[in-house]
Amino acid sequence: MSCANIQVSETPLVLYALRRADDALILGHRLSEWCGHAPMLEEDMALSNIALDLIGQARELYTFAAKVEGRDNDEDKLAYLRDVRQYRNLLLVEQPNGDFAQTLVRQFFYSAFADLYWRAMMNSRDATLAAIAAKSEKESAYHLRHASEWIIRLGDGTEESHRRAQGAIDHLWAFTGEMFAADDSECALIDAGIAVDPGSLRGRWLTTITDVTREATLALPRNDWMQQGGRSGRHSEHLGQLLSELQSMQRTFPGLTW
Amino acid sequence: MVTMTDDDAALRQRAWEVAASVVDPEIPVLSIADLGVLRDVVLDGDHVEVAITPTYSGCPAMNMIALEIEVALERAGFHHPKVRTVLSPAWTTDWMTEDGRRKLRAYGIAPPQAASSRRALFGAQAVACPQCGSDKTELLSEFGSTSCKALWRCKACREPFDYFKCH
Repeated sequence: MSCANIQVSETPLVLYALRRADDALILGHRLSEWCGHAPMLEEDMALSNIALDLIGQARELYTFAAKVEGRDNDEDKLAYLRDVRQYRNLLLVEQPNGDFAQTLVRQFFYSAFADLYWRAMMNSRDATLAAIAAKSEKESAYHLRHASEWIIRLGDGTEESHRRAQGAIDHLWAFTGEMFAADDSECALIDAGIAVDPGSLRGRWLTTITDVTREATLALPRNDWMQQGGRSGRHSEHLGQLLSELQSMQRTFPGLTW
Repeated sequence: MVTMTDDDAALRQRAWEVAASVVDPEIPVLSIADLGVLRDVVLDGDHVEVAITPTYSGCPAMNMIALEIEVALERAGFHHPKVRTVLSPAWTTDWMTEDGRRKLRAYGIAPPQAASSRRALFGAQAVACPQCGSDKTELLSEFGSTSCKALWRCKACREPFDYFKCH
């Protein structure tokens, strides 16, 4: 294994799996940054547990992508040897942890989507994606409940926690639209019953978000302008910094194992 | 095509028993058969392939379990065994055997509620304390010492305990 970037032939199905794998890996990595730093022991364990679930989902999806691609890539090469522009994750998941409220709002937006998404993907015509979905769906249900409880606690907590939670919602809102977009390559998979139309999940996602934020005495932003780019490799500056840490061992000592 | 003879059946049974003797490294009172993680043992000539299914996607115990199955089979004379991971159907705590649940409780971990479903995830849970049996218990943290456990506390005997989550 060298430390140079690999090339991936992104057929629609490979690209589709890579995008979901990248979402899970990057968000999992972000959460793992809290390990040892969370505000209390229980949260340290919770965030690390959720990170572990997400990284596990990423591994399954990368392995699937590599198998579909049918060249000599594998889960490790896909994770460690692609550069920023080759990453296909949502901009939402690469956003920095910020304070605890920002991490939980990011998690809440994503988990409310992932919960619906994986449940719908259990009916995928692709047997492996359906199997990955069946596992991920159960995990997402826990993640969503955890995040929802925190949104309520923070929003309906002190003046300070409310201010921070509201600030995080206002800041991250523009990154939520990308979850519901599908480009041409995905539309073909949706038509074939392999993928789910993410736009069809937006109504139910918004209901969950609205119900929880209302109980948390928080407000949703009115603006509809949404930032996009992650799915085609145009990322914020934060992803490069994250990858330089995530990939440093394999880039420095190619093929290292332990 | 190898035809299954009585000898093959006996050999397969022996391979199954060897694989089934491997325990969860985090909960050493539970074998992978108790957990429902061991799915299949296939014999092709004298080559053994074992199918296991992950509990949680990211459970680090799975790598360890796969390695220990290989070691156990090698020791028992089954050379170059292979361990394959199957994802479908997805593992659920309903596959844990009654014997497994009993062993778990004796070990101090409250076993998962039977017939887990999405409803069970969101419904009110009543988890009995594995120490004193009281059902006056409360959830401390949904995420515990491993992916599969939550942290609870008994209000009767005041002891904290692990609960093996429904999945």
